Amino acid sequence: MLSISVASFAQDAAPVAAEATAAAPAASSGGDAAKGKELFNTNCAACHKLDAKSTGPALRDVISRHEISWIYKWVHNSSDLIKSGDAAAVKVFEANNKIPMTAFPQLSEGDIDNIIAYTSEPKATAPAAAGASASAAVPGTVQEEGISNNVILGALSLVMAILIVMLVLVNKVLRKVAAANGIEVVAKEPTLPIWKAFVRNQFLVLVSAIFLLLSGAYLVYGFLMQVGVDQNYEPIQPIHYSHRIHAGDNEINCKYCHSASRVSKTAGIPSLNVCMNCHKSISEVAETTATPEYSKAFYDEQIQKLYKAVGWDATSQSYTGKTEPVKWVRIHNLPDFVYFNHSQHVTVAGIECQTCHGPVQEFEVMKQFSPLTMGWCVNCHRKTDVKMEGNEYYTKIHEELSKKYGVDKLTAAQMGGLECGKCHY
Amino acid sequence: MSSNKKYWKSVEELDGNSSIVEALRNNEFVEEIPTDEFLGNEAALSSSSTTRRDFLKYVGFSTAAASLAACEGPVHLSIPYVLQPEQIIPGVADYYATSVFDGFDFANLLVKTREGRPIKIDNNTIAGAKFAANARIHGSILSLYDNMRLKEPKLDAKNASWSAVDSKIKSSIVDAKAKGGQVVFLTNTLASPSTEKLIADFIAKNPNAKHVIYDAVSSSEALDAFETVYGERALVDYDFSKASVIVSVGADFLGDWQGGGYDSGYAKGRIPSGAVGKKTISKHVQLESNMTLSGAAADKRVAMSTANQKQALVQIYNVVTGANVSTSLDATFKADVIKAAQQLKAAGSKGVLVSGIQDKNAQLLVLAINQVLASEAFATSGTRQIRKGSNEKVAQLIKDMNAGSVHTLIMSGVNPVYTLADSKSFVEGLKKVKTSVSLSLKEDETASLSTIAAPVPHYLEAWGDLALTKGTYSITQPTIRPLFNTKQFQDILLSINGIPGTYYDYLKAFSSSVIAGSSWNKVLHDGVYVGVIPTSAAGTADYNGAANTLAQAKSTGLELVLYTKTGMGDGQQANNPWLQEFPDPLTRVSWDNYVTVSNADAKKWGLTNEIVANGGLNGSYVTLTANGVKLENVPVIVQPGQAVGTVGMALGYGRKAALKEEMQVGINAYALYSGFNNVQSVSIVKADGEHEFACVQGQKTLMGRGDIIKETTLEIFNTKDAEIWNEKPMVSLDHKEVEATSVDLWGSFDRSTGHHFNLSIDLNACTGCGACVIACHAENNVPVVGKSEVRRSRDMHWLRIDRYYSSESTFEGDNERKENIAGLSSSLSTFNEMEKAGDNPQVSFQPVMCQHCNHAPCETVCPVAATSHGRQGQNQMAYNRCVGTRYCANNCPYKVRRFNWFLYNKNSEFDYHMNDDLGRMVLNPDVNVRSRGVMEKCSMCIQMTQATILKAKNEGRTIKDGEFQTACSNACSTGAMIFGDVNDKEATVTKLAEDERSYHLLEHVGTKPNVVYHVKVRNT
Repeated sequence: MLSISVASFAQDAAPVAAEATAAAPAASSGGDAAKGKELFNTNCAACHKLDAKSTGPALRDVISRHEISWIYKWVHNSSDLIKSGDAAAVKVFEANNKIPMTAFPQLSEGDIDNIIAYTSEPKATAPAAAGASASAAVPGTVQEEGISNNVILGALSLVMAILIVMLVLVNKVLRKVAAANGIEVVAKEPTLPIWKAFVRNQFLVLVSAIFLLLSGAYLVYGFLMQVGVDQNYEPIQPIHYSHRIHAGDNEINCKYCHSASRVSKTAGIPSLNVCMNCHKSISEVAETTATPEYSKAFYDEQIQKLYKAVGWDATSQSYTGKTEPVKWVRIHNLPDFVYFNHSQHVTVAGIECQTCHGPVQEFEVMKQFSPLTMGWCVNCHRKTDVKMEGNEYYTKIHEELSKKYGVDKLTAAQMGGLECGKCHY
Repeated sequence: MSSNKKYWKSVEELDGNSSIVEALRNNEFVEEIPTDEFLGNEAALSSSSTTRRDFLKYVGFSTAAASLAACEGPVHLSIPYVLQPEQIIPGVADYYATSVFDGFDFANLLVKTREGRPIKIDNNTIAGAKFAANARIHGSILSLYDNMRLKEPKLDAKNASWSAVDSKIKSSIVDAKAKGGQVVFLTNTLASPSTEKLIADFIAKNPNAKHVIYDAVSSSEALDAFETVYGERALVDYDFSKASVIVSVGADFLGDWQGGGYDSGYAKGRIPSGAVGKKTISKHVQLESNMTLSGAAADKRVAMSTANQKQALVQIYNVVTGANVSTSLDATFKADVIKAAQQLKAAGSKGVLVSGIQDKNAQLLVLAINQVLASEAFATSGTRQIRKGSNEKVAQLIKDMNAGSVHTLIMSGVNPVYTLADSKSFVEGLKKVKTSVSLSLKEDETASLSTIAAPVPHYLEAWGDLALTKGTYSITQPTIRPLFNTKQFQDILLSINGIPGTYYDYLKAFSSSVIAGSSWNKVLHDGVYVGVIPTSAAGTADYNGAANTLAQAKSTGLELVLYTKTGMGDGQQANNPWLQEFPDPLTRVSWDNYVTVSNADAKKWGLTNEIVANGGLNGSYVTLTANGVKLENVPVIVQPGQAVGTVGMALGYGRKAALKEEMQVGINAYALYSGFNNVQSVSIVKADGEHEFACVQGQKTLMGRGDIIKETTLEIFNTKDAEIWNEKPMVSLDHKEVEATSVDLWGSFDRSTGHHFNLSIDLNACTGCGACVIACHAENNVPVVGKSEVRRSRDMHWLRIDRYYSSESTFEGDNERKENIAGLSSSLSTFNEMEKAGDNPQVSFQPVMCQHCNHAPCETVCPVAATSHGRQGQNQMAYNRCVGTRYCANNCPYKVRRFNWFLYNKNSEFDYHMNDDLGRMVLNPDVNVRSRGVMEKCSMCIQMTQATILKAKNEGRTIKDGEFQTACSNACSTGAMIFGDVNDKEATVTKLAEDERSYHLLEHVGTKPNVVYHVKVRNT
C-alpha cells in the first residue's frame, strides 16, 4: 500500500517530497493520497487547512491525535458524538469556538482513509525552495532578453565607431600619400554658410516660421488637452490588491465584489465584509500565485493587512471588533459636473466592464484604462447601438424613432444621449 | 467767484512766516525721511542672512514652487464600509416614513437618505397620512445639520458627562421629595402617547410632580371652548373640502391657525369641478385685520379690526341661529357681514365658520354656529391633539417659581425665556429653582440660564410616537445616527422612572397596545396607523350669554395683531438660512420682521416705504409701546389690505442665543405677547432713520396686464366661452389679426416621441404657502446669499412665488381701467396711480420658475452654447460650459435665471450652511454645486426625471402616470402643481395642459413654454 502511495505521489510531486514521505511514519490505515487530496479540496478545504488553523483545526497528522474509528464517527456525525459526551469530541468542539462541523455521511470509510493518507503526508518544504529558485531564475532570463537588445545596439554603434575611425585613418593615409607624391590637394572655395543662405531665402524663412508656429501650437494644444486627463493613473494603494489574481486567475465575476454597479450610479468599492466571504478561509496565496515581481510572502502580507483592517484574528478565528477602514486611493475621478450612472451601462445596456475599464483581469495594479474625457464618452454614444430587446421601456420609443430615422438599430445619440443635460446637471 | 477759492493744504499755511511752509515748498514731507535708520548700517545689511535680493529670490522660488505643485492633481481617497449595512447601497437613495411634531409644526413624512444621511423631506402620501409638510418642515432637514446645535450636555455652563447629568437630576428629584418642593415638567404639547404615559407614571409615583404644557403661540381659548362643550381638550380638525361656503373671522387657516395644514382640503374645493357650465367651487369670505394667505385666497375679503370681528361674529351668530343679541358692528361692514352670514346659513351643512379670535366666548360661538349648521366640515371626530397648552397653568407656574415652591424644573421643547412676554419674571423665578434642566436642541436663551443644558436629538435622529389626531398613531423613526452626544427626553424619563432599557424597547412594547390589528413593522413602514376614530359627544354651553359678553367687548384703540410668518413660524428654526432667506409670501421681504401698517395709517403717521436708487426697499422706523413694553426701531412695511386702525407684527424673530451672526435679525415681538393674547393695544411713534429691507419684489400690482395672471369669476367662467375669460393673444400678420402662437420665427422640432415634460400650475389651488420653494432649495443645492445680496436682487431662488395686488378692488377693475386710458397724459397719470396697490386689494400668487420654453430666447443668445434644449422639453444648463456673459438672463422674459455673483460654498464671506462641513451634509449628491460666475436656473429637476427613466429601464417596464415628479410638484400638497409627460395621452398633466383654463405666461412673446398655468376663478 505504501509503495502505491509513494508511486502515485511521485507522479505529480518532486522526488525530494517522495523521499520525505518515505521517511514519514506510516499511516495506520493507509489510503490513496491523490484521491484524498481531491476529496479534501472538495469537502474539507472550506474550513480546514493542512498546517494552519482555520475555522476548524489544522489536519496535518490528525491520525496521530485521534483513533481512526473515532475519526469515522466524527466525520459522519460530529454533533452526535459530542452529545454522547465523548471527552475527545467535546474537547475538540470547545477548542474550536463551538462551531459544529457539517456532517459528511456521504463519505465512506475508504474515502476518509484516503483523506487521512493525504493529511499524513509530511509538510513539503522542498518544492517551495525549488519554486523560489525557479522564481529567482526567471528574472534572470527576462534580464537576458532585455540586455540582448542593448547588446545588439551597442555592437552596432561600436561597428559604426570603428567605421568612422577607419574612414579618418584612410583619409589621413591618403593625404600622407598625396603629400609624399607631391600632389597638391586643392582647398575648396569657401561657400556661403548654409544658415546664411537660409536667412537670405525669405520664402523658406516664412514657410519654416509657419511650420514652427503650427507645430508649436500643436504641441501646446496637446499639452493643454491632457491636463486633467489621468489615463493610466496607477496610484499606490494601501493594500496591494491584484485584480489579476481575483478576476483573472480565479475568474471572480466583477459584479460579485462591485455589486452596486448593477443598481447604483457608483460601482462601489466592496466593503471589507465582502472580502472576508472568501478570505476567512484563504489566509495565504498558493505557491503558483507568486510572480517574479511579487513573492508569496508579499501577497500573504497583503492578506494580513486585510485582516488587520477588518479586525480578524486568524488564530482564534474571530473578529476582534477593532477595525481600520482601508483608505483606497480613488482612481476614476469624474468631475463633479458630470453625472455618470453605472447601472445604466451595466444593467440596462449590458456593457462589459472591460469596455471602459480595460483588461482588468490582467492588471496586477489597477489603473485608469480610458481617458474618461467627454470626447471619449460621446464617441461611444455615437457608435453604440442601444440594447433594446426585451426591455419594455424601449418598445414604444424604438418603434417611433426607428420609423423617424429609418433605421432598425438606434444609437445612444439618436436616443438623445448627446444632450448636455443628460449628463450635466 | 468760485475761481477765487483758495484751497488750504494745512493750517500752517495761514501763517505766512512758518518755516514749515517753506520746508513744504521744497520737500514732500516736513521731516526728513529716516532712510538712514534702515539703510545706513551697510555692515548689518551685507551680513544679514536674508538680503533684499535673497528675499526676492525666495519669493520668486516659492511662487514657482507653489504653481508647480498646483499642477499635480489632488489625490482623492475612497473609503468603503468595513461592514456594509445591508440596506445601504452607495449611490441609491432610501426612504423612511416618519412623522414630526415640534410643538408647532407637524407632518407625516418620507425622508430621503443617501449613504445614511437624510437629504430631503417628502410628503408621505400613504392612506391615513393627512398632514403634508409646510415650508418650515421642508427646511427642518437643514436644522438637523445646524452647526450651532448643543453638542455636549452642560452642567452649570460647563461640559459634563451624561452620567453626571443623570445623577444630578435623580438626586435633585430625591431632594425635592425630601424637602417637599415641586418637580415640574414644562413641555410643549407632546401629542406623544408614550411620553405622556411616562410623565403620568412619574407623577403617579411622585405626588409632588406636575406637568405644565406650554405652547409658545397659544390656542388656549379655542381649547377652553372645545373643552367646555365637548369635554376634551383638543381642536377640531376641519375638513374644508366638504364646505361650499367658508366664513373665516380672523382665522388664517391657510397659515398657522390652530396648527395649519388645512390647505390641501381647502384647495380641493377651490378647483372648479362638475358638469360643464355648472362647475362649482367653494365660496370663501374672510374677515381679518392683517393681510394673510387666507385673505389672499378669499373670494371676498373684508379688512376689519379684531374689535369689529367680534361684533361681526355675534352678527353672524344672530343670523345663523336666529338669536337676537344686540351688536355694535360698524355700519360700513354690516352689509358684507350679513350677506356672508346669510350665504353661510343657506349653505347649511355645507357651510363652515372658523375664527381666530382669541376669546373663549368667540370660540364658543364658533362651536354654536357650526352646530346649528350641522356643518360637515366641522369634524368633531378625530380631533387634533397638537395644542394642549393652558395659559393659566403657565402663569401659575411662574408664580410658583417666584414663590420658591418649585424645586426641580425639567423643560423640554420650550424656550420660555425667549417666548414669554413676561420673560423677566420667568428668569427671576428660574433663579429660585434649585435645579433647572433644559432639554434643547440649542443652547438657547433658556438653556443658557438653566443648571443643566441637555442636548436632545433632532427628530430625524430620534424615536417617538405621535397621535396628531385622535385615533391615529404614527411612529417617528431615526434616519441617521445621532450626530452629537445627545439623549432624548424619553430616555431621561425612563431613567427617572427607574425603568430599565432604552426608549426604543419601551416604545415598541407600548405601541403594541395601540396598534391593534397591525404590527410594529407595518406601522413603522407605513409611518401611520389609523385605528378607530372616536367622536367627541357634543355638550352645550350658554351660547347666548357668550354672545352677549362678546358683544360688550370694546374697541381698544390701535390694535397690534401678532402673527407667525410662513417662513419663521414660532422662531424655533431661526438659525436656518433657508427659512431666513425665504421671502414672505405677501410682503416678499426676507431676513426681517416688521410692523405692517395700512396705507391710510402710514399717511397719517408719516411712514413711508420707497424703492431707493440701488433698487432696494427702504422703510421708516417706529417705536411700538404696549403695556409699558417699548420696542424701538421697528421697521415698517406698508401693507395693502391691512385694516385701518390695526398694525401687524410677526413673532419668532429677534433671537440672539445660539444663532450665527447673520441670522440675528428682526425684533422679538414675543415681548408684546402679554397674556398670550395676539391682539394688543399699542401706540406708535415714528422714529428716526430708515431701515434697509431685503425685498425680492418691488412691483406691487399687475398694472392691468391681465394676461400675466388671468382671473375670472365663476359666473363668467360657467356662462361664457373660453375665449372671453381666457383670451388668446393676437398679433397682426399681413394686416390680419392672427393668434400670436401661430406666428413663429423658428421651425418646430418634433416632440411627439419619447417623453415631453410639462408642469401644470393651477392658480386656483395655489395658496402661496412656499413649501415648493424650500423643497426646491433642498433638492437642487440652491445657495443662500444673505440679506445684503438679496437686497441687491441677487437672490438665487430657482422658484419664486410672485405676489400681485390689484390697484382697484379687483384685477378686472385694473384691466378695465387700463383699457379705458385715452391719450398720453391720461396714460401717464393713470399708470402712475395703478402702480399703487389698493387699500383692500385682490391678491394673486403665481409660482414662476424657468418656463422651459420650446423656443427659448436664452438659448439663441448664449455665445458658448451652454444652454440648450433637450427633446424631453427641458431647457438644459451646462454649468461647466457657461462663461457668465449673462446674455441669457437679459434675454429671458420671465427673469428666472440666476447668476452666481460669488462663490457661495466654502466661503467665509457667506457663512451659511454651505460654509461648514456639517451643513454641507444636506447637499444632494446628484446635483452639482455651482461655482462663481455661472448662470443657473430651474432644471425641471432633470436629475429626478432621469432617475425615474433609469429605474424603469432597469426594471424593463413603461412609466406610469404620476411617477415623474419634480421637487416642487412633490412638495405641493394642494395639487396646484402637477408634473408629467404630455406624450402620455392618459396622463393627468396632458389633460390639464389641454384644459380650457390653461394658458402660458406671456403667451404673446411666442416662447411656447412647457409650464402651463390655469386661469384663476373666483366665486364672487
